[in-house]
Formats: sequence, C-alpha cells, structure tokens
Amino acid sequence: MSLHDQDDPALRAAQEERLRAVWKPPSGLFLRWTDCNNDRVGVWYVLTAFAFMLFAGVLALIMRTQLAVPDNDLVSAGTFNQLFTLHGSMMMFLFAVPMFEAVSIILLPQLLGARDLPFPRLSAFGYWSFLLGGVFVGGSIFFNAAPDGGWFMYPPLTTRTDLSGLGADIWMLGLSFIEVSSVAAAVELIVGVLKCRPPGMRLNLMPLYAWYMLVVAVMILFAFPPLIAGDILFEMERLLNWPFFDASRGGDPLLWQHLFWIFGHPEVYIVFLPSIALFAMLVPTFSNRHLLGYPWIVLAAVGTAFLSFGLWVHHMFTTGLPKISLAFFSAASEAVAIPTAVQIFVFIATLWAGRVTWSTPLLYATGSLAIFVIGGLTGVMVAVAPFDWQAHDTYFIVAHLHYVLIGGTLLPLFAGLYYYWPLITGKRLSDRLGRIAFWMLFVGANLTFFPMHFSGLMGMPRRVFTYPEELGLGGLNMASTLGAWLFAAGVAVICVDLCLSPRRAKAQRNPWGAGTLEWLAHPDDEDWGIRSIPLIESRYPIWDQKDFVQKVDEGRFFLPDAEEGRRETIVTTVLDARPLAVIRLGTPSVIPILTALSLGGVFILTTYHLYWAALVCAVATLACAIWWLWTGTAEIPEKPCKPIGHGIELPLYISGPAAPGWWAMFITMMADATAFSGLVFGYYFFWTRHADFPPMAMADGPGMYWPMVALVLGVASWLATIAALEVHARGDVGIARLLLMLGIATSLAGIAAGLAGPWTHGMDPENHSYPAIVWTLTVWTVAHAGIAAIMQSYALARSIARRMDPQHDADIRNVTVYMHFFALTAIVAYATIGLFPSLS
Amino acid sequence: MKDRRPHWSERLKVTLWTLIVPPTIWAGHFLFSYLWAAISCAKAGAFATFPTLFVVGTVLALTLIALSGWVAWNQGRTPGASPPHEDSTDIDRLRFLAKSTLLLACLSFVGVLFTSLPVIYLRDCL
Repeated sequence: MSLHDQDDPALRAAQEERLRAVWKPPSGLFLRWTDCNNDRVGVWYVLTAFAFMLFAGVLALIMRTQLAVPDNDLVSAGTFNQLFTLHGSMMMFLFAVPMFEAVSIILLPQLLGARDLPFPRLSAFGYWSFLLGGVFVGGSIFFNAAPDGGWFMYPPLTTRTDLSGLGADIWMLGLSFIEVSSVAAAVELIVGVLKCRPPGMRLNLMPLYAWYMLVVAVMILFAFPPLIAGDILFEMERLLNWPFFDASRGGDPLLWQHLFWIFGHPEVYIVFLPSIALFAMLVPTFSNRHLLGYPWIVLAAVGTAFLSFGLWVHHMFTTGLPKISLAFFSAASEAVAIPTAVQIFVFIATLWAGRVTWSTPLLYATGSLAIFVIGGLTGVMVAVAPFDWQAHDTYFIVAHLHYVLIGGTLLPLFAGLYYYWPLITGKRLSDRLGRIAFWMLFVGANLTFFPMHFSGLMGMPRRVFTYPEELGLGGLNMASTLGAWLFAAGVAVICVDLCLSPRRAKAQRNPWGAGTLEWLAHPDDEDWGIRSIPLIESRYPIWDQKDFVQKVDEGRFFLPDAEEGRRETIVTTVLDARPLAVIRLGTPSVIPILTALSLGGVFILTTYHLYWAALVCAVATLACAIWWLWTGTAEIPEKPCKPIGHGIELPLYISGPAAPGWWAMFITMMADATAFSGLVFGYYFFWTRHADFPPMAMADGPGMYWPMVALVLGVASWLATIAALEVHARGDVGIARLLLMLGIATSLAGIAAGLAGPWTHGMDPENHSYPAIVWTLTVWTVAHAGIAAIMQSYALARSIARRMDPQHDADIRNVTVYMHFFALTAIVAYATIGLFPSLS
Repeated sequence: MKDRRPHWSERLKVTLWTLIVPPTIWAGHFLFSYLWAAISCAKAGAFATFPTLFVVGTVLALTLIALSGWVAWNQGRTPGASPPHEDSTDIDRLRFLAKSTLLLACLSFVGVLFTSLPVIYLRDCL
C-alpha cells in the first residue's frame, strides 16, 4: 500500500470499519468481563488497586484514631495487630505494585505505538488473579481472621500455629497468588518494551517511561521469587511441620528475614521507580522541552535497580550479624543515594532549562519530590548501622518509610492521575479541586509523619496499640492523628473530583501539548489502540515529526488495516526496532478468568487445609493452561506473509529468540531459577549457621547414588529435547518425535530417581532442617521434571496434530528453553544434595 | 581518520547485555564480599589481617569495570553526531549505549570502592 492509496477517504473509512469490527469489545452482562483489551483491563486494574488503597487507608485512619490519645481503647490489641499488618501488606502488595502494573498496561501500548501488549490474555489473567487474591486477603479482616504478624511476618511468632491463626496462612497463600500475577505482568511488560516498539524506535529513542518499566519488570523477576521461595518454606513449616525456622530443630528464623528482605528492599524501588517514570513523562511536557540528560536517567534507573539488591540486610542491622557484613550493606545503602539523586537533579535541570507551565500535575510532582527528599535523607541516616540500632523498630522508621512511600509513590501517582486522566477519559480534572487536595495532602502528610521522627527518637516503638500518658507522647501523637485525617480529607477531595468527571465536557486532544506517542489518543477513543503504527524518528515525535498526528490518523504509516479480521501488532528487533513480523493477538476469552479462578482455588483451599479440593483445582489449572496454549498460541497462519504498507512484507509466524513467546518463556524461567536459587541459598545458609551441617547423624542421606542417577536422567532428558529440536528443524519429524518420547521417559524416570534418594534413606523432614531442605530441593526438582514431561508431551502432541512442523516450530523451541533451565536446576540441586555432604 | 581500521574495542558488539556488564560486576563483587565475610566469620570466626582473597577479588572487579568503561569510552568516540543522540541512526544508538555504559561503569566503580572500605576499617567479626 503506497502513501497514495491512503489519500482515498473511502478506503480509509473501510479500513476503519474493519479495525472497529475486529477490536469490538464483547458485550453482555457476563461476556463483557472476558475482554482482554489493554485499555479496559488496565482501567479495571487501576480502579481495583485504587479501591484497595482506599480500604487500606481507612485501616490506617482507625489506627491513628486509636493512637490519638494515651491509653485509648477504641480497638483491642489483637484488632490493632490485624490493622497494621493488613494496612502495610495491602498498600505494598495490593496497591503500590499492582497500581504500577495497571498504569503500565494502559500506557505502554500507547507509548510504544502498539495496538496492544503482546499477551493480552495474560494481562487479563493477571488482573483476575489480583482481584481474587486481593479480596481474599483484604476481606479476612471482616472475619477477624486477618494476618497479624506485621507486614514482614517474622517467624517464629508467625510459623508457630499456637501463636498465630489462619491469618498467617491467608497472608502467605493469598499474597503468593498475587505474586504470580506480578510475575505475569513483568513478563508482559518486558516483552512489550523489548519486542513491540514501533519501527524506528531504537533504544536511544525509547520513552523513559518504557526504560523504567523494563528496569522495574526485571527487578520483579529477581525480587519476587525469593519471597515465593520463602513462602514455600514458610507454608511447609506451618502446614507440614518442616522446621526451617525452628531453632530447636536446626532451623533459623533469620533465613526468613533474608529471603523476605531480598524481596523487600528491591520492592521499595519497584514501587518508587515507576513513579519517577511518570515524572520523566510530565516534566518535559510542562518544561516545554526535551528532557535533559537522557543517558543519565538510564544510568539512574539501571544503577538503582542493581544497587537495590545490595541493601536488604539494612533491615536486619539489629539481628547480630557480623559487623563486617553490616558494613557492606551500609556502604551499598549509601551508594544508592547517588543514582537516586541523579534523577532528581535531571528533573530540576530540565525545569530550569525549560519554559515551565505550572500545572496541577507538576505541582504534585514537585511537592512529592520535596517529601521524598526528606524521606531519602532519613534513609541515609538509618543506613548508618549505629544510628539504626537506636532508631530500629521505633516511630522514626515509620516516619522514614512513609515519607519515602508518600513522596515516592502515592503523590507521584496523583500527579500521574491528573496528568493522564484526559488520556483515559477524554476529560480534564478540576485544577481548583486538585490544588486544594494537593495542599491538604502536603500539609497532612507532613503533619502526620514529621512528629513521628520525634516520637520515635523519644522511644515510641512501632506497632504498639497504645501508650501510657507518662511518656509525654500525647501531643505528638495527636498531631499525627490530625494530620492523618487532613490527609484523608485530601484524598476524599480527589475522589469527589473523580466523581464529578462524568458531568464535565470532553477536553481537546492532547490537552497538555505533550510530545510523546501516548497523546495520540483521541478523546473519543477507538478500541484499536492506534490507527496506524508510526515510523519513529524522535524522542518526542508529536513535537518533532512533521504532520505526525495527521499521518497516523490517516493510516499513512504501518498496518492501517485488518484485512483478515484479526487483531494484530508489529514485532520488532530489540536494539533497533526493525520490523520482524506481524503477530496475531489474543482475543476476548473466558480462559484467563477460568485459569485465575482455578489457580486461586489451589491457594485458597490450601489455606483451609482442603487438600483434595485444592488438588482438583490444580488439575483444573493445568487443564486450563493447556487449553489456553493449544487453542491460542503458535497458530500456523493461513499465509506466510502479509504487507504492512510502504512495500514492506512481514512474516506472520516467527519462532526462537526473535519471537515474543520465546522471550516470555525465557523471562518466566529466569524468575523460576531465581526462586530456586532462594531455596539453594537456604541449604548453604544452614551450613554457615551450624558447626556441623549436615549433622553427623543424618549425613548419610540422601547418599550419592540416587541423586547422581537423577542428575544423569535430567541431563539426558535435556539432551534428548535439544536433539529433537535440531533434527526437527532439518525435517526429520519422525526421529524428533522418538527423541521427544525418550525425553518424556527420562524425565519421568528422573522423578522416581530423585525421590529415591531421601526416601530410601528414611529422611524425616519433620525431624530437622537438614532433611527438610533436602526434601524441598528434591520435590522442587522432581516437580520440574514432571512439568518437563508435560511440556515434552505437549510438543509431541502438537507435532502429531500437525500444529507444529519444521517451518512452524515455536512450541519445541520454547520447550527447549524450559529444558535448559530444567537441566540447570537438576544439576545444581542434585549436586548439592548428593555431593556436598561428602565435601563438608 | 577515514580509512582507519577500528580499534578492537570499537568492534565489539554493543547490546543491552553489554550495558549491564559494569553493574553486574559490582553485583558479583558484592555477592563475593558477602559470602567471603559470612563464610570467614561463620567457619573461621575471623578474617585475616591482610585478607588476600578479598583484595584480589576487589582489584579484579575494579579492573574489569575500568576495562568495560574504557571500551565504552572508545565506542562513544565513534565518529558521529554530538549529544543528545536522539536520532534514529546506528551511530546515535551506539553512542547512547556507550555513554550509558560508561556512566554505569563510573557508578559501579564507586560502588565497589564503597563496598571495600569496611575491610580497611574493620578487623573482626563481632
């Protein structure tokens, strides 16, 4: 299709009609919820996370009211424990992280000029998992069953079932379920940023929001899995009495603290960087110039991401670790101030060099930076170990973390809300109400949290439900309570502003005069995302590229049509965004909801010890996943190629490292390998904590023989799959199928051999942490062998059903990626449990 | 300049993976430091007055970071337009990645120095 063709209005109208038909959302009371268009799923996601935020905020108000005066009895100590635990857990797991994922699901495709993210159904699955898990965890407080061990759930208080009730299980299993949806979102965002950029948008032209999302999503991959590993050990102890954290049987409560904070500290940056990413979009708009120091922002984002993994022990300064270890983490904690400051200076410099429009979003942005900097400075203080010994577990820490989170997450999100509301709804929010709300929030936050520095230094501990009058903390606490109510009133004003929005008139398109792609959105938006996928030549194409908006609207760029009646978007190369292929996107379907429901069943039923019902749900989850994959992925197209305009013809099928599916598998397995490394860390951690580990009396299990047999079988299964891939690519389909069968057989045999080691030696996991961790590593590895067998069977079945052939081999290529990681897991796990006892 | 054969450091392929080489070395060094301290303290109860292993590891990390920074510096001088490198060209993308890598190398270098300072000041495991 040449430029000339698009001059014809009739052709354009016909194209639009086809696009509209293809992207038509499902309707009907039930079916409308099967939608997977990023616009709609993103909005549901945002609203749900916002509702959880309001709920958790109300919990905080109850706490502040209880603490307003000394010796108050508004709530009991037990209820207070549930309040602060749920407040923290919900704000982190059900608001801060999901909110950034939600915002990204809406914004990223727009920013990248894509019709949708590469896996729309995965987004829908993530949303439904989040909703189900969130309601399960949050609703528990109405049954007086909410978790009450603090948001970091330290054992042994929380692992001993006589000291803590169902709440601990609800926390572990409910939030594990939500972690699954976070990892799903991370996969979606990474593949979206790397593979779905518009042609011409090389890495140096990527909107900074996309850079931040890439960085944050990668952080999720490495931060959440250690917590999942910790959750597994934790529930093994609670449900099966395996003593990982019980010091009387060789366990160690510190192991949980390590695993939790390896997650918990990067988590702080996982919720902070996306907010800074919003600044990186709105600061240039309101400075009316390009952002200064683009590579410096990349430095800051990537640098912060790395350093944030070297900070976790600064939450554990008072646990008695060697001083030298504390000092390493103290040093890294100070170092992270460098990249954090760099980004703030970049924004100040851009504002300085530009012509500033003092809009409401910018007011929120600058105000939040002020609050964040105060929190950052107290952060530098508590990063100094001797100071932390004084301030640990006092209100000083409460003040610090709220300054950081309100300045670094909440207020920036409100900035983003005022900035992007016109993009989502086509209408602007009220500047007047917005500014009133801002000052209430700003004053309220400072009035609430600044006095806490003093109450903390005067000795008020965290998490006490009341305090005696003689301590002289009454005035400071009253100030905090008044501030909290003022802050809540500010949030209420924003809610009023949002509720008034439907009555307001539509704003003009791109009301702020921004230069980035997302502002192509029209106030009366169509469901197709973008009319034609543009060729990008600038970081701010709306500002810099001639007639850009008009060309996009008239379909003069790529893929302006949907001739075959399919939802499509373009896949490009990672570095230079050269067009590679057109992929067909997932359409509305009930499968994501069913998968989320059945997976939710596994977690929720396990909480109530209904193991058989949970097993049924697990089988249903597997069935749903296979149904989803079989009907919705790696489809062989009706023709090999299609034109996308400007004389470019792209294939409709790709496999291997160029394909989004391959990347999704690779990324998922990175997360899986990280969780596994958390378990392996557990094994060696016990070794450093005990004079003799494995203990002499138990050191003969699991022996060397069976682990080595299992290792060889695992490696054989891996080699068989690689060989199958190679001969399949050469066209020897029959031999490939035989090799896959061999792979299945060796995987299954590997399960038996893996279990035989600890089984034949009669290792009792309830006895001591050593047999418990050996069993855990074994079960993890044989479970992966089981999944390997299922995957190999899947590839075999696809081949037999002629849904996979040597030209269309995505399935076996993706299975091979899994097998690489499986082989690594088998080698590390079996070498550890089989060989290490004889070395130590 | 025109017919000059590019230096080997300029011929290396620059990707997203090379961007994260310096901070990955920092992370490796940090993990090494943590394990070294944890194992020395847990198993020996102390670390040596002149901890050879730690010094070797630190010097190695600093050298590798400096090397990757030097490569990035060379690549950033590939002839082409000056900053801000915001055109959709091969050169701009290369120079952008090179500059970002160089900045990360600087940060990582400082990070490793920060991590190694405690070993100079502390002498025991208590």
